[in-house]
Amino acid sequence: MTLAPDPQDKFAEYAHPERLVSTDWLTANLGAEGLVVVESDEDVLLYETGHIPGAVKVDWHTELNDEVTRDYIDGEGFARLMASKGISRDSTVVVYGDKSNWWAAYALWVFTLFGHEDVRLLDGGRDKWVAEDRPLTTDKPGITAVDYPIVDRDDASIRAYLSDVLDHLGNPLIDVRSGDEYTGARTTMPAYPEEGALRGGHIPTARSVPWARAAAPDGTFRSRAELDAIYRDEAGLQDGDDVVAYCRIGERSSHTWFVLTHLLGFDRVRNYDGSWTEWGNAVRVPIVRGTEPGELPAGSRTSAR
Amino acid sequence: MTAETVPAKLAEIIDDFQALSEPDRLQLLLEFSTGLPGLPARYSDHPELLEQVVECQSPLFLTMEIGGGPERPVHLFFSAPREAPTTRGFAGVLLEGLDGLPAAEVLAVPDDVPDRLGLTRAITPLRMRGMSAMLGRIKRNIRDAQ
Repeated sequence: MTLAPDPQDKFAEYAHPERLVSTDWLTANLGAEGLVVVESDEDVLLYETGHIPGAVKVDWHTELNDEVTRDYIDGEGFARLMASKGISRDSTVVVYGDKSNWWAAYALWVFTLFGHEDVRLLDGGRDKWVAEDRPLTTDKPGITAVDYPIVDRDDASIRAYLSDVLDHLGNPLIDVRSGDEYTGARTTMPAYPEEGALRGGHIPTARSVPWARAAAPDGTFRSRAELDAIYRDEAGLQDGDDVVAYCRIGERSSHTWFVLTHLLGFDRVRNYDGSWTEWGNAVRVPIVRGTEPGELPAGSRTSAR
Repeated sequence: MTAETVPAKLAEIIDDFQALSEPDRLQLLLEFSTGLPGLPARYSDHPELLEQVVECQSPLFLTMEIGGGPERPVHLFFSAPREAPTTRGFAGVLLEGLDGLPAAEVLAVPDDVPDRLGLTRAITPLRMRGMSAMLGRIKRNIRDAQ
């Protein structure tokens, strides 16, 4: 029982307009049957300081990641999590979060690994909602536990492993980290702690398009025309391309995955969640330093497009 | 050399955290976050007097006043935005646990104190490093002022 999409003009220009809702739409639909609003932030306490009325919290670290293995939860874990949040398989889920929906996009991507069909982002995320003085509450939402089926996670379609990326070399790669991380001057975001990648640089041939370029200053997504200029004209992506996006641990590249898949309509985009903390530490894996994408390493398994 | 000692007030805070379940520990950290006082006017009017602790995930600004006399009491002043409650919470714990103590006692605080709050699993080791960085910066500033 999914809700009708937000019909506003800006969204109509995107490939899949039904993947976004505006703050107006959400205000009008709060409390609607079949809708569950999910907040997913970087700061683990932000939800507790006040959230959209009725919204439930999903924490990327403690709830979406496996506690032991570097992996996501499995089908049983996801079913338990959804049931505990009051989300049914046919719920319309609207995710929002801090920092231009960076972590919200990550949660949406994980929901997509389990094939949850109707999952959308709130354009502008938490910051826009707050900036517009819309209601926040610290009241705990009343959750009615529901059944959620156990669905196997499908990693093949939208997730790339290290071996997949090695096979992929020669096809478009988008590095969504900051410029200094791309060149190898840093291994973490500016102003973030060092996080243990042994080498700085990027995957050979990857183009640099920092993720936040897809967001306007108010945290909303840039228009279709602006996004086409960035990803098609500048980064050279073409219809039919098989694209892999990566960052440091796969969170920022989820945002770019969302843009390429749902806003620009590329139908073969994978997020390499191992990202630089895996690639930059792996033994005998080629990297490139500096501002240029670099050459395809000799012996790559795929020829250039 | 001073032996590592946790000052009484900070030890009490650690005990408070340890006595709670994990969700309640987060709630307590949130209370420290909301309780973090604003800057006095002499600093809020002059943000350039504060230094940024860049290791924190969200912007955190810090300044200190080290008094005279044999005790050299240390006073701490923190500033972090409302959108960064975890960072504010760490600052609140350090403020309540250390503010006003003699410099030697602050220097004797063990570097692993943040790990003793029992928050690492819920907060992630990466985020906890922000608190270690704040403590490290405070101790470094005291040493530099000597």
